Amino acid sequence: MSWEVVIGLEVHVQLNTQSKIFCSCPTRYGAEPNLHTCPVCLALPGALPVLNAAAVDKAIAFGLAVGAEINRRSIFARKNYFYPDLPKGYQISQYEIPIVGRGQLLLTLADGTEKVVGITRAHLEEDAGKSLHEAFSAETGIDLNRAGTPLLEIVSEPDMRSPSEAVAYLKKLHALVRYLDISDGNMQEGSFRCDANVSLRRAGEPFGTRAEIKNLNSFRFLEKAIEYEMERQQDILESGGKVVQETRLFDANKGETRSMRSKEEANDYRYFPDPDLLPLVLEESHIETVRASLPELPDAKKQRFMEAYGLPAYDAGVLTSSRALADYYEVVAEGLDAKLAANWLMGDLLGALNRSGAEIESCPVPAGQMRKLLQRIQDETISGKIAKEVFDVLFEQGADVDDIIERKGLRQITDPAAIARLIDEVLAKNPGQVADYRAGKDKLFGFFVGQAMKASQGKANPEQLNRILRERLDQPS
Amino acid sequence: MSFTTDTVKRTASLARLALPEADLAHVAQQLEGILVLIEKLSAVPTEGVEIMAHPLELQQPLREDRADGRDLAGRDIYLKNAPVSADGLFLVPKVIE
Amino acid sequence: MELHDHGLADLRRLLQKKEISAVELTTHFLQRIRSVDPQLRSFITLNGENALVQAHRADRQRADGSTQALLGLPIAHKDIFSTRGLRTTCGSRMLENYIPPFDATVVERLEQAGTVLLGKLNMDEFAMGSSNETSHYGAVRNPWDTRMVPGGSSGGSAAAVAARLVPAATGTDTGGSIRQPAAFCGITGLKPTYGRVSRYGMIAFASSLDQAGPMARSAEDCALLMDAMAGHDPRDSTSHPQAAGQFSAALDRPVRGLRIGVAEEFFADGLDSQIAEQVRAAIAQLESLGARIVPVHLPHNAVAVSAYYVLAPAEASSNLARFDGVRYGHRSQHADNLQELYQQSRFEGFGAEVRRRILIGSYVLSAGYYDAYYLKAQKVRSLIREDFRRAFAEVDLIVGPTTPTPAFALDAKTEDPVSMYLADIYTIAVNLAGIPALNLPCGFTREGLPIGMQLMGNYFADELLLAVGHAYQQATSWHLQRPDLAEVQG
Ligand SMILES: [Mg+2]
Ligand SMILES: [Zn+2]
Repeated sequence: MSWEVVIGLEVHVQLNTQSKIFCSCPTRYGAEPNLHTCPVCLALPGALPVLNAAAVDKAIAFGLAVGAEINRRSIFARKNYFYPDLPKGYQISQYEIPIVGRGQLLLTLADGTEKVVGITRAHLEEDAGKSLHEAFSAETGIDLNRAGTPLLEIVSEPDMRSPSEAVAYLKKLHALVRYLDISDGNMQEGSFRCDANVSLRRAGEPFGTRAEIKNLNSFRFLEKAIEYEMERQQDILESGGKVVQETRLFDANKGETRSMRSKEEANDYRYFPDPDLLPLVLEESHIETVRASLPELPDAKKQRFMEAYGLPAYDAGVLTSSRALADYYEVVAEGLDAKLAANWLMGDLLGALNRSGAEIESCPVPAGQMRKLLQRIQDETISGKIAKEVFDVLFEQGADVDDIIERKGLRQITDPAAIARLIDEVLAKNPGQVADYRAGKDKLFGFFVGQAMKASQGKANPEQLNRILRERLDQPS
Repeated sequence: MSFTTDTVKRTASLARLALPEADLAHVAQQLEGILVLIEKLSAVPTEGVEIMAHPLELQQPLREDRADGRDLAGRDIYLKNAPVSADGLFLVPKVIE
Repeated sequence: MELHDHGLADLRRLLQKKEISAVELTTHFLQRIRSVDPQLRSFITLNGENALVQAHRADRQRADGSTQALLGLPIAHKDIFSTRGLRTTCGSRMLENYIPPFDATVVERLEQAGTVLLGKLNMDEFAMGSSNETSHYGAVRNPWDTRMVPGGSSGGSAAAVAARLVPAATGTDTGGSIRQPAAFCGITGLKPTYGRVSRYGMIAFASSLDQAGPMARSAEDCALLMDAMAGHDPRDSTSHPQAAGQFSAALDRPVRGLRIGVAEEFFADGLDSQIAEQVRAAIAQLESLGARIVPVHLPHNAVAVSAYYVLAPAEASSNLARFDGVRYGHRSQHADNLQELYQQSRFEGFGAEVRRRILIGSYVLSAGYYDAYYLKAQKVRSLIREDFRRAFAEVDLIVGPTTPTPAFALDAKTEDPVSMYLADIYTIAVNLAGIPALNLPCGFTREGLPIGMQLMGNYFADELLLAVGHAYQQATSWHLQRPDLAEVQG
């Protein structure tokens, strides 16, 4: 009997507020060390926290988006432990009563099936600072710019049963927080980080002992770490051993997880309600105001794309996978052939972005230009094939679609007389093939198309070319 | 006695306090005395009594999300109180992960 | 009568009439501190030069027509309040060299009202103590008898005000730390309703109990300080939106018709008989001023100390975790790695009583004990609040002794923490409930030590307490007595 993996994820999402969660320091990434600090986030004696309204609203927005209960009264607690990047000696977090209760996320898996993953809770807390181990030989440097950045910690149920399900969940969550504009989701900068709880069991049996893998900051690392962990635990179990409940780190270079022995010692966080903060009480009207400001959510947008644009589920899913891509699509497709637009975005555009390592947000081709390109296909100024050439220039160098077409002389030849002239020249140059064709070698038709298109430098209107060529060839000489 | 020297050691480690071995018994005895004082609570019937975390029956006020400017001169004033710092960073003995 | 014998309100009138200048006043008090304080040790840090700068400015501002309420009046702060650019130690070795880069709200508000800051006052380390003997800067002496403690933790404030080294001072009260030393030193001190005075910049001991308040020679002087100190502070989430008040303006409210509760729980075993006698006499005096005396019950007062010694250390153990030798404060020279840095710095930086409370607090919050101790204490806290609620449905005020004994001798209780804790047996319930309470001098023992009575009020009855205190002080002269202290040439 085979092993079944059980995965639950804890995702830390940095909320994209202007200021920190309990003080008015900026949250901007990449400042001089400790520049974005003040008495509150440095934990100077006597400094006190005051809660950021925007962090609360963003947490509510998330809760509403996953259909969760929003707790009308939630409590901030202190999680006590010593670490140099934790200036107060405790982290302010929500413990017993978080702001967001049970909700769920609907995944579409690679094979097209759908799966619901439960969300246990989501709570507000503050981020820690950063320890820089490399800068000095005998010391660790502490930069507290990040200390106090608002985090939403989203805890899932142990509902995932494969690494790919875990990745699908994380991707869906990632898209969602960006849709909601509650986080920039930048995984390199640590704005979106994931801990994975992984255990194995025989199907139908109770959950096994889990290991928690900390700080996975890419989808690929998540997948690799779970795969490694599955093998590791399977080896232990099959050799009669016991999995130890512990925290592990993923080493991306080696592709393996290893135990964080040091942190395990006496994990007694002594949580208690933070006496510097009062209960967070939310009025119904407050929640409704946030609800009214919610954007269209991914699932609803996908449905609308299928209905309004007549797109297949797969296309609608891809195009709504990020809010920026969906917005881009809507600009391009409006009033044009929706499927043509979908194909171009999913094929050429995403392909080019992928190759250049760029995101849709930083796409060098503005949506308006992409739209113009497709318009020129539809109005037959250029052929689809030429359009690819135009697109390449557009992507590499920018500029205007019409200018590129003019500058490079790519305008499609639609004058029947001009096309006929080209064809006649080709036929005249290849008398042998013409004879063979006429003798019944039909396959040579493609040869003539190719030659004529080549002679037109690809600009001949393909349908006209076909039609005139056939007329000429079929006409007895 | 619930406050043994082991309890003191464990608690001191949790609280990051180095207590000299020689003091442990004395500290344990004093803490035991305090424990006897607070043990009196167990005799108070509290069934159905709500907890009181705070004297104020108010709710958490919210701060408008506005970031204030920060400058290096201000940061350097903060760093002046640091026993050891360099290059704008607070320094601690090397942390090995 | 010498200049330093005047209280704050008197000095204010003298300044307003321009009979004295702020510079004269400041110079006089600084001189007196230098000559008298060596035998008391009530100050940790003097602000001499700067105080004179502030005094000159005050005189200029008065000449320019400024009418700031406390313009040119010298005060001193308990060394628990952060003062920008001026060392703030909290009585601890941990903060021996700490210079706050910002002012506590209380400091800011009193400065805006025009006060001149003479210096920072001694206190029990991190406000943990009832005798001022836990200070790293030496025990403070009681001006009435220098063999005795001044009480704590605001012992430096109480001693300095009683010794006429400063007309008024700030203090903080977590379990009696304003009222108990005020009683031991024969001065007037108010622990305001929780939330009326901002805690921002005041170094935290137990956040849900701490409250700053005035310590002065009369209720009238306390009211003057409260006018400036109280008020909503958006930097403190626990600051009450209606914190501000008109304390001085409410002083003339008559006592006649008030219902004053007397709880027999406050007169039980262990109360010094001379204190019982004097407090009962004071109650009779209030009755003669037209108050009606009503018996009330506070059945859970007996376990208040127990609940307090769970909750206050629990909060303190966490509040003091920030003192790790990294960003400020004492850092051990005897540490080779991070854990040693934490453990040694904290061991060397904190005194024995602070360490004891950190240990108790860490213990009651730790896995397996949280429910039995911490949650249980929070439930008992509810019951204590309920006791007061029931009582204040019947009466306007409750009166009793502030302390079970008068000031005790130095070193009498240092080896027995629990007996020290019981010095606050009458004051602690007030902090747990969050209500206001006032200490008023109401007599002396045969040995010449001051006796204090405590007036407790319902939430936001701070003005009422001060008004009753004022009426009592109009009718009595206990608060006008002064200790006999020799000036020594320093
Ligand atoms: Mg967390
Ligand atoms: Zn800050």
